[in-house]
Amino acid sequence: MSKNDNITIEEVRHLALLTRINMSEEEIEQMRDEMSDILSSIEILSEVETDGIEPTGHSVDVHSVMREDISSDSIKLDEALANAPRQENSFIRVRAVLEE
Amino acid sequence: MPTLDIKGLTINAARRLLDEKEVSALELTQAYLDRIVSVEEDVHSFVSVTADIALEQANIADRMISEGVHGHLTGIPMQLKDNMSTKGVPTTCSSKMLEHFIPPYDAYVTEKLKDAGAILLGKGNLDEFAMGSSTENSALKVTHNPWDLEKVPGGSSGGPAAAVAASECVFSLGSDTGGSIRQPASLCGVVGMKPTYGLVSRFGLVAFASSLDQIGPITSDVEDSAVVLSHIAGHDQRDSTSLNIDVPDYSEGLVADLTGFKVGVPVEYFSEGIDSGVENSVRDAIKVLSDLGADIVETSLPHSAYALAVYYIIAPSEASANLSRYDGVKYGYSSDVAGSMWDALENTRQNGFGPEVKRRIMLGTYALSSGYYDAYYVKAQKVRTIIRNEFKEAFESFDVLAMPTAPTTAFDIGGKTGDPVQMYLNDIFTIPANIAGIPAISVSCGILDGLPVGLQFMAGALQEKKLFRAAYAYQQATNWHHIKANI
Repeated sequence: MSKNDNITIEEVRHLALLTRINMSEEEIEQMRDEMSDILSSIEILSEVETDGIEPTGHSVDVHSVMREDISSDSIKLDEALANAPRQENSFIRVRAVLEE
Repeated sequence: MPTLDIKGLTINAARRLLDEKEVSALELTQAYLDRIVSVEEDVHSFVSVTADIALEQANIADRMISEGVHGHLTGIPMQLKDNMSTKGVPTTCSSKMLEHFIPPYDAYVTEKLKDAGAILLGKGNLDEFAMGSSTENSALKVTHNPWDLEKVPGGSSGGPAAAVAASECVFSLGSDTGGSIRQPASLCGVVGMKPTYGLVSRFGLVAFASSLDQIGPITSDVEDSAVVLSHIAGHDQRDSTSLNIDVPDYSEGLVADLTGFKVGVPVEYFSEGIDSGVENSVRDAIKVLSDLGADIVETSLPHSAYALAVYYIIAPSEASANLSRYDGVKYGYSSDVAGSMWDALENTRQNGFGPEVKRRIMLGTYALSSGYYDAYYVKAQKVRTIIRNEFKEAFESFDVLAMPTAPTTAFDIGGKTGDPVQMYLNDIFTIPANIAGIPAISVSCGILDGLPVGLQFMAGALQEKKLFRAAYAYQQATNWHHIKANI
């Protein structure tokens, strides 16, 4: 059991739902302890004065990159489907999205 | 033909053998395939060995050589980390999620090296999705350090570093998000280089943290590192962050002299937690730089101390978005559990991802969730700005910075797996270069109790030539890179 309580079991359970990972209760408890420790180690950032500092998303200046609108070959249907776990008549087969 | 000794063979040495017809590409390739068979049961650095492809490519390379239409890498056997796409060859990321995934296209780096005539021996093991510092997070196998089989090779590019150290390939490529090329290079006594962010296209590299990921060479010496980078650097419009610049020949201008070269030694990288033997080795190495004519000046980068915390917000945040694509529908592992679409999705991700990957996805989702976004993610991005500016300022005074690559030498397999925070500290000296987007290199600078120590150089953005010059001069004055793992 972690000494820190930066995050609750309920919050971890909610994160498991958001990330769509079907974790066991045991895993959720262990994840809570580990995440609490990691969040503690991150807390030192509050020491840094950041008023008026612009955030950096990328370390190089990147802007939207445009290319000419010229059509070109892409991968073929059978190549695109080759890795699909379930397929039917050249389509990827999925489970029902709309439930009754 | 005399017996071919491939132990520690460099690209340049192999090139001479091939050009002078002392060995054919086919014989050279077969020698590496034999070597893989003899040491792989101990090292486990390969996820897959592509012997048939290698022999076919070797025949083509021999034709190119006999026709005199070859380049510097034609006929040179290599490995690629298994998160770089290879058309028709499984690319697993050492994850159950992609264990049977066969890419329909080549990564940019794969294309470039294939076109250059390099020969693919196989794919290198890694921590699952490149998340880790010991390669123990691989869902497929544990790689052992060729210097001591009880120790880890470092990570996440542990397979590539161990393969080069064990002479199972002439060179390999790694990817580096927080130190994943340099830290394993340090622990395995080889040369690992992370280029400036944007210098090498990430097209076909399975994404982990897109603003930090960068591909680079793992080689036996600095000259080889420069040769490989010259082949893989360059603009690629399929990566929107690829820099559109003229790529120089990095092999030019390597001289064994540092007269007038300014080397900064930041005190924060000799902090508590560093092994005293490592510190002594690195300080001895800095004396060698001084003997070569460099001006050595102690300096300070106070915000480097916050880089690890910044990393453990930004990298998981980006990872949580990048890894949302693994849904078991289009490709990859897919659970056949009974129930709804949601049951299938949640079980696919539960069974397909290992513990460290789940940890980072959840941590990133937490940092990006409403209520915490400003406190964690935006705060980390602001501190990133400060760290980046601090480096920029340092490189107004210095050509390079010198420091250790990792705080310790290789540790025991299983020694740190129970404590994620302890494991993360392995990358404390390498992460700042990723946060700032600058190039860095690790070279061997000592051996402690039979295990290699790494000396790291960092340079300003796109100053790779300075980096290679410092590292090359150091290797010319020392013998550490000639000492090989006894395997």
